[in-house]
Amino acid sequence: MPSFSHIALLIHEWLSSHLNSTLTLTIEMVIAGVAVISLFAVLGLVLVIMERKVSAWMQIRLGPNRVGPRGMLQSLADTLKLLVKEGLTPSGADKFLFNLAPFIAMIIAMLLMAPIAFAKDFQLWDLNIGILYVSALSSVTVISILMAGWSSNNKFSLMGAMRSGAQIVSYELSAGLSALTIIVFTGSLQVSDIIRSQANGWWIFKGHIPALIAFITFIIAVTAETNRAPFDLAEAESELTAGFHTEYSGMKFALFFLAEYVNVFIACAIAATLFLGGWMPFHVGTWHAFNHVMDYIPSSIWFFGKTFFLIFIIMWFRWTFPRLRIDQLLNLEWKYLLPITMVNLLLTTAIVILGWHF
Amino acid sequence: MGLIKYIKNVWSALRSLAIGMRRTLYYFTHHKEIITQQYPENRDTLNLPERFKGEVVMPHNEQNEHRCTGCTACELACPNGTIKVITKFDVNPDGKKKKAIDKLVYHLELCTMCNLCIEACPSDAIKMAQTFEHSVYDRSQLTKILNNPGSKIMDGVE
Repeated sequence: MPSFSHIALLIHEWLSSHLNSTLTLTIEMVIAGVAVISLFAVLGLVLVIMERKVSAWMQIRLGPNRVGPRGMLQSLADTLKLLVKEGLTPSGADKFLFNLAPFIAMIIAMLLMAPIAFAKDFQLWDLNIGILYVSALSSVTVISILMAGWSSNNKFSLMGAMRSGAQIVSYELSAGLSALTIIVFTGSLQVSDIIRSQANGWWIFKGHIPALIAFITFIIAVTAETNRAPFDLAEAESELTAGFHTEYSGMKFALFFLAEYVNVFIACAIAATLFLGGWMPFHVGTWHAFNHVMDYIPSSIWFFGKTFFLIFIIMWFRWTFPRLRIDQLLNLEWKYLLPITMVNLLLTTAIVILGWHF
Repeated sequence: MGLIKYIKNVWSALRSLAIGMRRTLYYFTHHKEIITQQYPENRDTLNLPERFKGEVVMPHNEQNEHRCTGCTACELACPNGTIKVITKFDVNPDGKKKKAIDKLVYHLELCTMCNLCIEACPSDAIKMAQTFEHSVYDRSQLTKILNNPGSKIMDGVE
């Protein structure tokens, strides 16, 4: 059966039989880069139309329904529109930083793709500190937002960027601590190890209540980290016009927009890897017949299914809850999420030491 | 106890969020609740809600009679001067003078459909119609006279 890992292996064998190892590696890197960029483009199109349809149905509307069959080409039309629009740079702006910021947001999103396992044995870079790498890089996103806000020379942009800074710095803590709960169970930061440890059941089922609490806090924290409603104070259309990307237009705006959606995808992919077993099919302990049937569904479908399910949950949050005020936002993190995740981490550690988990 | 209150807080917060999410999930899965109308296509079968407010009209019966006494309550109630009541004096057969409307001028271009005039009217002479295709090429066409030419007040309305 052709799988992603099979195709990758075929390409590798064909290249290494014709070329020397250095050239093979270079060409493989180029292929991987092109693949990541095309995944970005597809993700942007799919997630935007998904968001618009989900929001419409949740608000008792129809949503886009004119462009293409059932409106499915709407996001393509929007992208074309953004491509031909002028990317304006305000005269009072710091031109270099202003033009650099969207690319930094994009590059960070690209770098975050590296340790994600999309299918069985299909991963760009299985480094041994995968989760640490993700949590370290995702906090760099704040730099691009601060850069955009500061260089725009606009009070709305700056306020949005400052809020975003406070928000990402604080929610990084509980996201990290929630991820750490699963690290305590697996004893490894490597993504492939974490997935392999879930072969007899996903951590959300195996890890008792602590894993469930960690899952909820992780989802809340990554929703805040990706600046999505109800934590979209950095953008806050109704208060700050659009926050840090008020002054951006055309393709530079589209890059920020795309980076936001790709970040949502990555956050959900990490959540799926940690709690729902990544590409690992749904296995129950020693039910070998059942496990065998589940193995017939390709691993990439498992991964994308879980990730899109989590993306749907985050969209569901966005179209249900009202935006928090900045003081409520920080209260939620420092008074509720952080103590809960810390106690939860202690509980997990006790469970692991006493060997109560499966 | 602080801790019990804290746990209760967290629990009630999660519960109320779940209630909200259940409502939106219901809407997400029940597409029959969608209230958007595919307007240009379903123009013939358009189904407007009962309380839709399109423009102010004055209903007349078959004898070309309306219920307006010319009391100007609607003109006074209107927040932006949309309605202007021009009154005249009719002479009764027994020689008595009686106040009546000559013209009830309605500026559709100023109207915000706030419904205050309809609520102010003591004799239910005006109501909101469900028409909404109001675009015209000349602004003067938006100034309407609500009472029909030659109409008079219904018997028994004071």
